[in-house]
Amino acid sequence: MFVYLDHTATTPTSPEVLQAMTPYFGEIFGNPSSVYSFSKKSREAISKARQQVANALNANSDEIYFTGSGTEADNWALKGTLEKGKIAGKNHIITTAIEHHAILHTCEYLKKVEGAEVTYLPVDSEGFVSVDDVRKAITDKTALVSVMFANNEVGTIEPVAEIGALCREMKIPFHTDAVQAAAHLKIDVKAMNIDMLSMSAHKMYGPKGVGALYMRKGLRPENFVHGGAQEHGRRASTENIAGIVGFGAAMEILQTRLADDAAINSARRDRLIAGILERIPHAKLNGATGNHRLPNNINFSFIGVEGETLLLDLDAKGISASTGSACSSESLDPSHVLLALGLKHEMAHGSLRFTIGRLTDDSQIDYVLDVLPEIVARRRAMSPLWEDYMKSQEGK
Amino acid sequence: MALDYSKKVMDHFMNPRNVGEIENADGVGEAGNPKCGDIMKIYLKVNPDTKVIEDVKFKTFGCASAIASSSMATELIKGRTINEAWDLTNSAVAEALDGLPPIKMHCSVLAEEAIHTALNDYRKKNGMKEIPMEHHED
Repeated sequence: MFVYLDHTATTPTSPEVLQAMTPYFGEIFGNPSSVYSFSKKSREAISKARQQVANALNANSDEIYFTGSGTEADNWALKGTLEKGKIAGKNHIITTAIEHHAILHTCEYLKKVEGAEVTYLPVDSEGFVSVDDVRKAITDKTALVSVMFANNEVGTIEPVAEIGALCREMKIPFHTDAVQAAAHLKIDVKAMNIDMLSMSAHKMYGPKGVGALYMRKGLRPENFVHGGAQEHGRRASTENIAGIVGFGAAMEILQTRLADDAAINSARRDRLIAGILERIPHAKLNGATGNHRLPNNINFSFIGVEGETLLLDLDAKGISASTGSACSSESLDPSHVLLALGLKHEMAHGSLRFTIGRLTDDSQIDYVLDVLPEIVARRRAMSPLWEDYMKSQEGK
Repeated sequence: MALDYSKKVMDHFMNPRNVGEIENADGVGEAGNPKCGDIMKIYLKVNPDTKVIEDVKFKTFGCASAIASSSMATELIKGRTINEAWDLTNSAVAEALDGLPPIKMHCSVLAEEAIHTALNDYRKKNGMKEIPMEHHED
């Protein structure tokens, strides 16, 4: 039994995408930068993929820049914009406490090396950033606002369009990390006033090792990868043609099934959430509900149990999931996202995330609901924290 | 971070020995705190004449290595005298588990601390001098 419930970590490259990529590993290997006619096929393949990605976002194809990953796209957006902003005396970045480390660690780097000032906006108990907080944080030194489209751990979807409108009004570049959101939601960069947007192919049944940064025409952040004149002279490196082709194909296929997938996923998501709440006492859902949550995200904390133990117990039953426990990180601190939502440390340590997708079917949801209650109960029975918690509940 | 645990760690995690509580235990000790994600509680039953630990149980909140360390540590002190048990070091617990990932060594330290605390609790209750504990920072 293999029940893969970690689609937010990565997805398998779909057979159609792989098929589209295959010629570019061997047959059509020409360097797109070469002059001879053979290399034209490589150039055309990249142009097509660029158009496919642009179409999905309602962008123009010359606003799409392929990168080596979503992380690289985030690094480029932040570092390039801050460096550009500094020339005009702007060294302030506004972001949130719940960003991916690709944003947070880049901000820490910019503080240390570039003397940037960074405002980390708080979120409420469901993980929402307040548009008003963004407005209040803006100063005449603000070079960039970066707020993720949807959170990878708890699935909360941020008010991106409203923040976009605000930033456009204030004439401040607005970047959003849409690495998770782009795999599930319809994104219109024009209507949402998004200036820059990061994406990654492997979250949407494309290959690993390729990402993209959408940059609205006219924006000129400094380059991040220096070298040759690829990507309109803005991102050096011989193109990962097969990867780029795969990204384009994955993005195009995704658009044809986005609405259907969202409906199926959110129905399964809500069934799993309701089933857990029904079967496991003192289970806490982390994040938002309904349309404000990514259709594939389920995140719970079980007081008294530590997340890693649940992952290993589930793994023994063939189920792959994820946790925000410290044991899943290199530090002893649990997930910064769950702490930002106001969870106590022990609740953050006890978190469990399931993310469903194309590999999921209804019988798998039943299977999880079948095995999880017993796993949680068994680990709670050996937990002194659970014992204390139950004592504290007596008489309540 | 993906951790590759030894077979012994996985065995003691999946089938922990000596889980539970001892009613009217002769010594009880707790180590760790919820903030760092590990709490270990040890219960001892000590023979008043021979000072041999006749029974030991544990309850642990924490990751797989914390549970495995508790399980192994209780196995190692069962049937030993309280003095022998005091000499059980965290590295002996880790070794008996065929090693722990470096970032998880604090779990074995926690086991040592919980046992020391339980032994001192026993000593205090029985009019013996408590042994100063080395304080581990983790």
